[in-house]
Amino acid sequence: MNFEELTQLAERERAAQHAMPFQIHVCAGTGCHAAGSEMVAKALEGEVARSTLKGKVLVKCVGCRGLCASGPIVEVEQQQPNAEPASVLYAHVRPEDAPEVVRSIGGEPVERLFLDTNQPFFTRQLKIVLEDCGKIDPERIEDYIARGGYRALFKVLDEMTPSEVIDEITHSGLRGRGGAGFPTGLKWATVAKANPQRYPTYVPPGVQSQKFVICNGDEGDPGAFMDRSVMEGDPHRVLEGMIIAGYAVGANQGYIYVRAEYPLAVKRLRTAIRQAQRVGLLGNNIAGTAFSFNIDIRLGAGAFVCGEETALIASIEGGRGLPRPRPPYPAEYGLWGCPTLINNVETLANIAPIINRGAAWFASIGTAKSKGTKVFALTGQVKNTGLIEVPMGITLREIVFDIGGGIPNGRKFKAVQTGGPSGGCIPEQYLDTPVDYESLTALGSIMGSGGLIVMDDSTDMVEVARFFMEFCMEESCGKCIPCRAGTAQIHHILTKFQTGRATMRDLRLLEELCDVVKHASLCGLGQSAPNPVLSTLRYFRHEYEAKLRSDGYAYGHANGAAEEALSHVQ
Amino acid sequence: MSVVTLKINDQDVSARDDATVLQAAREAGIHIPVLCYLEGLSAVGACRLCLVEVAGVNRLLPACTTRVQEGMMVQTNTPRLQNYRRHIVELLFAERNHVCAVCVANGNCELQALAIEVGMDHVRYDYMFPALGVDLTHERFGLDHNRCILCTRCVRACDEIEGAHTLDVLGRGAKARIVTDLNMPWGESPTCTSCGKCAMACPTGAIFKQGSTVAEMVHHPEKLAFLKVARERREWRV
Repeated sequence: MNFEELTQLAERERAAQHAMPFQIHVCAGTGCHAAGSEMVAKALEGEVARSTLKGKVLVKCVGCRGLCASGPIVEVEQQQPNAEPASVLYAHVRPEDAPEVVRSIGGEPVERLFLDTNQPFFTRQLKIVLEDCGKIDPERIEDYIARGGYRALFKVLDEMTPSEVIDEITHSGLRGRGGAGFPTGLKWATVAKANPQRYPTYVPPGVQSQKFVICNGDEGDPGAFMDRSVMEGDPHRVLEGMIIAGYAVGANQGYIYVRAEYPLAVKRLRTAIRQAQRVGLLGNNIAGTAFSFNIDIRLGAGAFVCGEETALIASIEGGRGLPRPRPPYPAEYGLWGCPTLINNVETLANIAPIINRGAAWFASIGTAKSKGTKVFALTGQVKNTGLIEVPMGITLREIVFDIGGGIPNGRKFKAVQTGGPSGGCIPEQYLDTPVDYESLTALGSIMGSGGLIVMDDSTDMVEVARFFMEFCMEESCGKCIPCRAGTAQIHHILTKFQTGRATMRDLRLLEELCDVVKHASLCGLGQSAPNPVLSTLRYFRHEYEAKLRSDGYAYGHANGAAEEALSHVQ
Repeated sequence: MSVVTLKINDQDVSARDDATVLQAAREAGIHIPVLCYLEGLSAVGACRLCLVEVAGVNRLLPACTTRVQEGMMVQTNTPRLQNYRRHIVELLFAERNHVCAVCVANGNCELQALAIEVGMDHVRYDYMFPALGVDLTHERFGLDHNRCILCTRCVRACDEIEGAHTLDVLGRGAKARIVTDLNMPWGESPTCTSCGKCAMACPTGAIFKQGSTVAEMVHHPEKLAFLKVARERREWRV
């Protein structure tokens, strides 16, 4: 496929879509899918086929619309000449609502199901990664191409050298969205410069590449579903980012590492890879150039630690998912000893827009050091749970109270946890902190991959810390001692607090142990595991102190009893 | 190959540029405590006892896997590192049932020696007392999970020196165990060559010769390095 053919395909698809004056988008993200969106889509299709609008309405399943709390979500779009289509959004649609929805097409919307898109949940968001998510059919490459997909790839292949691509990404200021926030351009440049002969390699026969690109889709944080939504809702965007990355760093083989718990994402990625191969956008001599790139999928077997890059590499190689000490970093010594670029799903989804619209455009969004947008999975005690994308620098208060709609059931806000099990809990007085990598780190939390858990005033913070420590303890790989034995001891001490057996000595030991685990552990899992404990100790210490032993032995001796004993000795 | 110079504990040290900080320190007579590292086996950086402070790096780095660099400034024994080492040894003692008084390796145990070295005179953590078994199915050796610290020296010796790869680790986190083959009794293992290299490598009383009683089990970890070097130099006389 060359650029003319791509343009023709896009034109044909757009013409075919415009021939339909109406489109019904049914959200098929996992949230809505679980709420029965497949039945809704079938009912709508059947209803359309029976109605007078037959042949004028296109029913399609799309990716996540974000407001998962109100699923299944259905959008009715009406084509308008020379303008964006007018659309109406419906929430909580059931199959039996289908006749009413179809009858309303072209007329007044159904009041009962109507969802106002002028509320802050929609207006305060800025969508780059998710711009096509919920608009296109993730199982059709034509739909992605019709909305400008793969144009960035052609721009890169036809007009740019690999070093120009890397410069563009560097100037955009994009940083890794997996959590650590490493500058993406710098990582690409390191891999591009790395000498594949520097370390001994052991590439298996049949793999034709000296460098590799890996897409990290092993999203394991409890309550996080950003990457899943991107892979399910817009898989071609991830592929396009990977192919561009492969061209920039000189790799010919890519792997997408996805957890096996995401069957829908795996299915859609497989479909997307097959479609891209069929039209010649993946495989040998892409678009008639000398550049070849293939992508394979590798499934994770449910270990949280495999999201850590060196453990992920070990897992792809077929070994146990154990991390190894860095340096050398995967950029120099990665998969099978070759220089390897590992980027998160969301990072790669940002690549095509940066190439299309330019580094300066991307760099104009966000704060001085954190550019662009961030996708968050908003969960917990908040009215609008779901998937949101906001510009960097927005405050936590705006996210929780404007976009999230505040705390339900008339309760009060207590804390928000960013960064999943490795993140920290941020209390009310810091809610006006802008969301960027540095500010969150300064508060003792992390950006992480983007889980945001809101807690109300009924939450027991010691229990929160214990819950996340239990997760880290279960998920510790067991290789290094501070993480394996340390998380188990921290969990044990926190359990003592919860059962009223803890003393002041336990509190001191807990603080010391958190310091050891944080600084002596081998990989990111252990190094960040104490964060929930440290942050709750910092902001909610009184809750720990209130749980010390109540029988007078909290400080090592019973009040009064000790003095009495001493006086007896004297 | 070229030579680099660096400072370890303010002492000028020169080393080959492909040497690790641990090798450079050992050659200069500077002691760094280790547990999972064993000369002759690959380094995994798992026990975290050899962590050192390197000027300009905000993380602690394991000496066994960190390559030397020109002008590097390394500190191996600061109060902070001493504190971490004591904690790590304490965590090990609390994790499983390390009862020296009835252990075959009493007096010949690297964990015991390390506890004395780092000054760990008592354990502040609660003992976990996990219920663990002993595998005595092999005719010559025994595997006592109560004493195991999961350093994986036996796993690497079995794989890298003997080439049998009978031993490996099952499970993760605190539930991890050394297993033989596909988690079968050691005595039934079809791959074990009964060479005893695992027993040489073991730093504690976890792998021992059958028939040894309290304080009788003497390991020979130095033999593995000897084997490896002798093989590389083809020193065998037939």
